[in-house]
Amino acid sequence: MPDEALRTLAPAWSAVALLILGALTVAASMLDGVLAARSHGAPNGAVRPFGEAARLMRQRRRTTVEADTLLWRTGGAGLLVVAALMVTVVPLGRWTLFDLDVGVVWFNALDVVVWALVWLTGWGANSAHSLVGGYRFLAHGLGYELPLMFALVCPAIAATSLNVGRVAAAQDGLWFAVWMPVAFVLFLLGVVAFSVWGPFSPAIGSDIAGGARAELSGVDRLVFEAGRYALLAAGAAFAVPMFLGGGAGPLLPGWLWTLVKTLVVLGLLVWLRRRVPAARPDTFMEVGWLVLLPAALLQTLVVAVVVVGRG
Amino acid sequence: MSMAVGFGLLGLLAVLSGAAVFWVNSMARATYALALSFVAVGLQVLFLQQNYVGVVTILMMVMEMAIMAVYMVMFMGMNPALMPMSMVHSNKAALGIAVATFLALAAGVLLIDWPTRRGTPAPDVTAALGDALMGSKMLVMVVTSPVMVATIVAGISLAQHRTRYDRFGDDLTQRPSHDTQPGGGGR
Repeated sequence: MPDEALRTLAPAWSAVALLILGALTVAASMLDGVLAARSHGAPNGAVRPFGEAARLMRQRRRTTVEADTLLWRTGGAGLLVVAALMVTVVPLGRWTLFDLDVGVVWFNALDVVVWALVWLTGWGANSAHSLVGGYRFLAHGLGYELPLMFALVCPAIAATSLNVGRVAAAQDGLWFAVWMPVAFVLFLLGVVAFSVWGPFSPAIGSDIAGGARAELSGVDRLVFEAGRYALLAAGAAFAVPMFLGGGAGPLLPGWLWTLVKTLVVLGLLVWLRRRVPAARPDTFMEVGWLVLLPAALLQTLVVAVVVVGRG
Repeated sequence: MSMAVGFGLLGLLAVLSGAAVFWVNSMARATYALALSFVAVGLQVLFLQQNYVGVVTILMMVMEMAIMAVYMVMFMGMNPALMPMSMVHSNKAALGIAVATFLALAAGVLLIDWPTRRGTPAPDVTAALGDALMGSKMLVMVVTSPVMVATIVAGISLAQHRTRYDRFGDDLTQRPSHDTQPGGGGR
């Protein structure tokens, strides 16, 4: 059901969406560069990503014996594609690229595709450490995915719609992040997890020589890393219509509010990386199923009762 | 016209990647060829205006194949499927069954007297489909689901090698529990 307030743009505008996603990706990597430099006491952190990108683009590609190149490249390059597909359903102010009636499920399906992509990246190189990293990601996935799904269900129940624009419009006056905080936190946790970021980075951990990305080099590594930042940015952008009232806000136009909120969430997620310890895949499973999932279910129950009570 | 071409191309992709499951020689490729086939079918379902069903098909099948790849690599074959291996067995019987099934289904498609449409599609075809599938059987579904969950729990309890007495001691007072696999919940 298309929302009357939303205008669907011509497909050519997806180039602009890609540019915005690219800018957010660069901003996230620059912020991470600054934070990394500060923790080491080094200067010029903001330009580190550019130097790193230039270095990787000139680096010779590493080859491994009997690599499954098709699956390997698909996995590494797929993250960027998934992030780009995710932002198609995020409304920017009153414009959207794809006013899908089941936009929330669309986002969910795409974040599940990341399971396949990270594992394929780990598998393709035909390298033991790389494969261990791929399995670590799936182990995390079993722990974070169901809480993330129920976190996505909560705003949809409250808005009685799976359309992202309608979910945003349903938060008139009171953001979902305020009255369903557990779902909001679990959603952000899911975004961090499917970006293989911060506490969920053991899949690419240095204890297994870089894990899923152990054998990635040159431009393949650049695309994989950019994909992680892009996923983080797409997840932050999706949090805005789902939990933070979309483009609602005083003075500024809707599209600008959406961008400002996205940047704030993205900055928070990037900053978290150095603040939260790594979640070991074997022990996180129990946390996921015995703590996070019941919390998500209770949150869903509360939201459902509120919605029924309101009539 | 372009819709019909897109639908047809996706159908072709679904069939070819489904066949690729048996051509390739690696468990990972076979599993993800099947995933690709399901994604193509899910996209085809979008053409039928069943957006929810289509997207959920993609979601569930990609997730299932990601998990399936783990089990396939673990359990298939004499080598644990890390080496190249054939995806087919019992070739002659399989060929016969496949040809016979194809002929029967194709004959059905060609010979059946397809009904013409009566009435118009419901405004929300997903809701209409759900109602047609489940509407009159909701009571059965509601009764079946707790029975299924109980069966799963009972099955796992019976199949378990270690019981709560192994974990918590004979009088169930041992804390923390004695687990071979550490958990993260601190029990």
